[in-house]
Amino acid sequence: MAHALLKGETGDWEMVIGLEVHAQILTKSKLFSGASAAFGAAPNTQVSPIDAGFPGMLPVINTLCIEKAVRTGLGLNAKINLYSVFERKNYFYPDLPQGYQISQYQHPIVGEGEIEIDLPDGSTKAIGIERLHVEQDAGKSLHDQHPAKSYVDLNRSGNPLMEIVSKPHMNSAEEAAAYVTKLRAIVRYLDTCDGNMDEGSMRCDVNVSVRKPGDALGTRCEIKNVNSVRFVQQAIEYEARRQIEVIEGGGTIKQETRLFDTKNGTTRAMRSKEDAHDYRYFPDPDLLPLKLEQGFVDNIKSTLPELPDAKKKRFIALGLSSYDAGVLVAEKERAAFFEKVSNNNDPKMAANWVTTELAGALNKTGKSLDESPVSAEQLGGLLKLIADNTISGKIAKDVFAEMFASGKDAATIVEGKGLKQVTDTGAIEKIVDEVLAENPDKIAEYKSGKDKLFGFFVGQTLKKSGGKANPAIVNDLLKKKLSS
Amino acid sequence: MTKLTSLTIKEALDGLKKKEFTATELTEAHIKASEAAQHLNCYITETYDHARAQAKESDARYAKGEAKLLDGVPIAMKDLYCTEGIRTTAGSKILENFKPPYESTVSGNMFRDGAIMLGKANLDEFAMGSSNTTSAYGNVINPWQRKGDNKPLVPGGSSGGSAAAVAARIAMGATGTDTGGSIRQPAAFCGITGIKPTYGRCSRFGIIAFASSLDQAGPFARTVEDCALLLQSMAGYDPKDSTSVNRPVPEYFKSVGQSVKGLKVGVPKEYRVDGANPEITALWDKGVEMMKAAGAEIVDVSLPHTKYALQTYYVIAPAECSSNLARYDGVRFGLRVEGGNLNDTYEATRAAGFGKEVKRRILIGTYVLSAGYYDAYYNKARRVRKLIWQDFINAYEKCDVLLTPTAPTPAFAIGENEQDPVTMYLNDIFTVPASMAGMPGISLPVGLSGDGLPLGLQLLGRPFDEETVFKAASALEKAASFTHLPQSLMNKAA
Repeated sequence: MAHALLKGETGDWEMVIGLEVHAQILTKSKLFSGASAAFGAAPNTQVSPIDAGFPGMLPVINTLCIEKAVRTGLGLNAKINLYSVFERKNYFYPDLPQGYQISQYQHPIVGEGEIEIDLPDGSTKAIGIERLHVEQDAGKSLHDQHPAKSYVDLNRSGNPLMEIVSKPHMNSAEEAAAYVTKLRAIVRYLDTCDGNMDEGSMRCDVNVSVRKPGDALGTRCEIKNVNSVRFVQQAIEYEARRQIEVIEGGGTIKQETRLFDTKNGTTRAMRSKEDAHDYRYFPDPDLLPLKLEQGFVDNIKSTLPELPDAKKKRFIALGLSSYDAGVLVAEKERAAFFEKVSNNNDPKMAANWVTTELAGALNKTGKSLDESPVSAEQLGGLLKLIADNTISGKIAKDVFAEMFASGKDAATIVEGKGLKQVTDTGAIEKIVDEVLAENPDKIAEYKSGKDKLFGFFVGQTLKKSGGKANPAIVNDLLKKKLSS
Repeated sequence: MTKLTSLTIKEALDGLKKKEFTATELTEAHIKASEAAQHLNCYITETYDHARAQAKESDARYAKGEAKLLDGVPIAMKDLYCTEGIRTTAGSKILENFKPPYESTVSGNMFRDGAIMLGKANLDEFAMGSSNTTSAYGNVINPWQRKGDNKPLVPGGSSGGSAAAVAARIAMGATGTDTGGSIRQPAAFCGITGIKPTYGRCSRFGIIAFASSLDQAGPFARTVEDCALLLQSMAGYDPKDSTSVNRPVPEYFKSVGQSVKGLKVGVPKEYRVDGANPEITALWDKGVEMMKAAGAEIVDVSLPHTKYALQTYYVIAPAECSSNLARYDGVRFGLRVEGGNLNDTYEATRAAGFGKEVKRRILIGTYVLSAGYYDAYYNKARRVRKLIWQDFINAYEKCDVLLTPTAPTPAFAIGENEQDPVTMYLNDIFTVPASMAGMPGISLPVGLSGDGLPLGLQLLGRPFDEETVFKAASALEKAASFTHLPQSLMNKAA
């Protein structure tokens, strides 16, 4: 896809976008303590003295977090650093109990990588990954519980996060959205993050700058904590426009941190570079440098699942369109559902049923795929009945509606309602003969050249059979009889 | 029978086993002695009732024949060790009313082994000091006095209360922590024995942090053997401390009394500083002769980066402390002084809660980690630290242990050396290098100064080779046969 340029009064502008995505590592317990990392518990009920920064408390690395960070790094086709260091990022805030955040700075666990994003026009683009590092989350300050006081909830304090930093390789809001969507799909496939942006398990910091095409990079602004794909797009669109207006109005962009206002879709300044903290990073003396064995990495590599891009390629090879394949692999669950449905069934037909009939029915009833009343095995069963001519495609749609409403198997419904297709040539011939006997005038018209009447005879026959006559047999018989 | 308070731990354990006295009697004797020595201000919090309850349990175990390694031994616990449900102050006003909901691993190990806690021992605030004069709970007074002078002397620091309590015979042993000499220097000032084991030998979990890469727990006692028994209980791998090392704890007491024939004792030339106190130099020479007489081989060695140790220590330790002490913000525990807004509250709380020396080190530490200064100070100090470590490793190619003075002077009077911080910092000149390198070191009393104060020598060993350190120390102890008592005890005896 060509660069989407923004028109300004002085000509075209190019956006340059980089993203820092915080993804909560999917584990039961926190990064450095045994407290639960689950979402949604009552405030301050999942806090160990370690998470609350009590005197004499020490962090101990949760090795599962390290394993999942490496797994994610491999999924991003990135370099795994066998030597990494946890450092302290020092600043004061009530929801930061230790007075520092344990993070990785000079030596992250994962280095450069690359992922491919899928754009709305069907094209793809490679986006570079700068690094991935592991760090602990802060607690949460609640400013709306009391008129004069702020409350602090430390449940989140110490939760394991991966910060995934992209290179500034995106040039439109759509590309940024596609990047976040792809990243989310990858971590979900890897089972390293649940990707639930509305619960805060994935949050984005968006870096935006603008320049005239071919110019050096402009000054960037960082928009903090954007928590949906839609908001990422909105924030970028607003911010790029704002920067262009400032520059074209004779101003200059100040490097600063900005906040996105979800109510009106605008961004506003939070703090400028001059007010930026001096974080006084230094290696955390409570934790030794993290040294991984190559064998540990290789073991993880050998258990990596098939990732969306590989799956998409395989689906296309099965005969699916690039679009259908893309839709199916976008969600790990949808792809898995499809694979079950297509087991011993025609993949193209399976894809059609999953992406149109089933998706439509779910959409209409506001259900998600995992709430589907029709399981993948059941849908596969229906498709088998079509394939072996037990029912026609038309009847199948009615059967599906019945399945969706009742949760029953297709075979049960077909049996119970007597919808089994008639394939007995003798029985069908009888009906054909009846239809022909009832319509001598139509036969005459047909024979005088009105070919289209063939459909009329087919329709009448099927109708008389209650829809159960096998259409192919009906066709054959009618052709034979009408040509004699 | 000898007074219960003058027994060694080894003697007390034997007496308890033989039912010559009970743990309760032993404990009561120490409580009584503690009450009589209250003016020394050894304890911030006395835990006598707790001790009595522990003694009762101990007696029950002796009755059943299930006594543990330290069963019934009354000790002082440095108030830097978190003790579950018992006030733990770190010598600071900011933790005046802090009762930890958890037990430090090391104190827990000692309680598991039957030790009895008489009280939480006074210390320099957050272990920052060499004289115990920075405590928010008052100075500790050294039980020793200069001949013909009743000026109160410092016990050394930071573990001043622990050392004074053991010297004054109000506790049989004590725990300390050593960051730059905080066990060895007070041991020398108080005429007792104290060992800082190898960094990583004891868990730091539950010990309030000063400088995490240097802090290490260790015991005080009146003999090398008693120190070995206490360390045996304190040491060990702890999965809750990532810097603790997973290797078995040897039976240290077995090293005591072993021959040092052929042991190579290194004498580092860099510890012979210009303008050194001649008494200290003479004592050191005497110590060398004693080791030689005991069969050891004396080797001249060089630790060329020694002269940078103190400077780099005063970059690294404050840097870590500035970060470690950020958690004392008045939000979740400890002192809180309300201000008009968040920053005011932080400032008011920390201004009121921290003393002068702690504030000074937080400022130094913040400075050396700041953008633009990090490389010049912190990073350079880290590189120098590595060279100091390498010095020791090179020296241990030629010798098994190093023998040096512990402190450059005997105990000084309260108020002396306060004119500028650097004078005070110089007290740690001989102890800091081993701390920077993580090496184990023991200090034991070897003689008296002209005015009657104890002087200590230090033996340093290879990483995790505390056994050789104990072996060498017990030989030196035997040769020195230091039996002097603090004046206060001699007066009482008279």
